[in-house]
Amino acid sequence: MPILGVHIMQLLGLNNVTTKYGDLTAIRDVSLSIEEGHIISIVGSNGAGKTTLLNTISGVLPCAEGTISFADKRINRLPPHKIVEEGIIQVPEGRLLFPDMTVLENLELGAFNSRSRKSIPSLLDMVYSYFPKLKDREAQLAGTLSGGEQQMVAIGRGLMAKPKLLMLDEPSLGLSPLVVKSVFETIQKIKSDGITVLLVEQNVFQSMMISDDVYVLENGSIILNGQGKELLKDPRVREAYLGI
Amino acid sequence: MLDVIIQLAINGLLLGGIYALLSVGLTLIFGVLEIINFAHGEFLMISMYLTFLLFSVFGIDPYLSLVIVIPVFFLFGFAVEKILIKPLLNDPPLNQIFATIGLGLIFSNLALLFFKADFRTVKTFYSNSNIIFGNYFVSVPRLIAFAIAIALIAALLIYLKKTFTGKAIRALAQQRKAAMLMGIDVHRTYAIAFGIGIAAVGAAGAVLMPLFFVFPTVGSLFSLIAFVVVILGGYNSLLGSLVAGLTIGLIEGFSGFFISPHLKEVVYFVLFIFILIFKPTGLLGKR
Ligand SMILES: Nc1ncnc2c1ncn2[C@@H]1O[C@H](COP(=O)(O)OP(=O)(O)OP(=O)(O)O)[C@@H](O)[C@H]1O
Ligand SMILES: [Mg+2]
Repeated sequence: MPILGVHIMQLLGLNNVTTKYGDLTAIRDVSLSIEEGHIISIVGSNGAGKTTLLNTISGVLPCAEGTISFADKRINRLPPHKIVEEGIIQVPEGRLLFPDMTVLENLELGAFNSRSRKSIPSLLDMVYSYFPKLKDREAQLAGTLSGGEQQMVAIGRGLMAKPKLLMLDEPSLGLSPLVVKSVFETIQKIKSDGITVLLVEQNVFQSMMISDDVYVLENGSIILNGQGKELLKDPRVREAYLGI
Repeated sequence: MLDVIIQLAINGLLLGGIYALLSVGLTLIFGVLEIINFAHGEFLMISMYLTFLLFSVFGIDPYLSLVIVIPVFFLFGFAVEKILIKPLLNDPPLNQIFATIGLGLIFSNLALLFFKADFRTVKTFYSNSNIIFGNYFVSVPRLIAFAIAIALIAALLIYLKKTFTGKAIRALAQQRKAAMLMGIDVHRTYAIAFGIGIAAVGAAGAVLMPLFFVFPTVGSLFSLIAFVVVILGGYNSLLGSLVAGLTIGLIEGFSGFFISPHLKEVVYFVLFIFILIFKPTGLLGKR
């Protein structure tokens, strides 16, 4: 729909999504909308259901109720590999690299889907322009990399899949402040390259600063939604997530 | 005496190549699907009967029959995975154990029905021929079987290293969730890996046929060997299984001479227990 002459398009839409682990409801009635070209953040404390939500979108967990649509296509019920084909890529919490494979093999596997497989050389060039350091580490086994390097491989592997929507689950977890800073810079660069980003973070302040839209998740439900810089002024947010 | 030892080593090593081929499939299936295929030996038995039939009915040489046995067994494994294994993947391990043991029992009973309990073998013109190197004899069928086994294992390793499907199989074994998130079709890849594992044991059955004989329960003997090899090789390393297969072949060669060939199953069992006690991570095991 054109608003003030700008064409804004919903890329991902969740409609009353509920996800369960057996009898436990981990995500309850979540609705959200992500516009193309934006960075969206989901923040929330441990156990709020952030990872569960991403896994539901990725099709790793079944969506018990509600619908998920991506570029106007229903995607809940598709298996994970079909969702990757659609262009939704998740960079999982804890990196989950293939430890006994080299950096290069890890990156190549990122391009496993049929949209990306044929353009591996140019995709590699793109990833190395993001992370020049990885080029020197091509032949190193991923399991022997430092935490920061592993995160680079994890994000690089996600980029190799030619994402339309890149979902990052706590990319700054366990990294030193300097590396965290560069991760956030990378995320902004990904956005400026035209990729929509869904960011899950406990680093609430920094993610709110770079996000166009923020959802606060608590006990599996969305309790607040708004522009990042606005929410930073909200007293509830300040108290619960920033400790001020 | 040295000559005897070298002669025993040659015999054992050549046998070990077949043991390695027999076992890599079990290792691959365990590494990727995390299930133990207790019917592995019975798949070998079926492939031996198939090779026997191809030879006795159509006159196809056992080595030539590989071009039939390998694709047929790949499809066989693929189908068994889809029909029997896939529905059990999220079940408790006990169900999976019963399912593959049950499958093995069905196979050996069907074999008993069709072929009776007779021992059968194929007699080719090279069955008893030897090549003489100086003081040593090398049995021709053992040598050919060894060469084919090593070539097939090498081809499998290259396949896993170089092709996209091969990389997907390794990825799935190393990090299942990440493999899924990279767009790898888990169920298809599982079925392919199972099919490859069964194709490998099928090939082992074919090259074994000119050396050995088949009967309905021959699988249990070879299952035992395969389990010892897999454990010695460190559970999920194909290279480990290769080294372990050769090692077990050597041990069998020596124990058959110095102890008694009739006690070889006892030797395997003792070895099995010793590995579990003293080196449970296997020869090349890391953890
Ligand atoms: N496999 C599982 N089986 C049962 N319950 C689970 C499972 N995974 C997560 N849960 C539960 O679901 C809830 C949400 O977990 P989830 O991992 O999505 O939280 P999160 O917001 O990502 O937390 P964190 O910030 O610690 O990563 C928690 O109560 C958790 O205990
Ligand atoms: Mg999480």
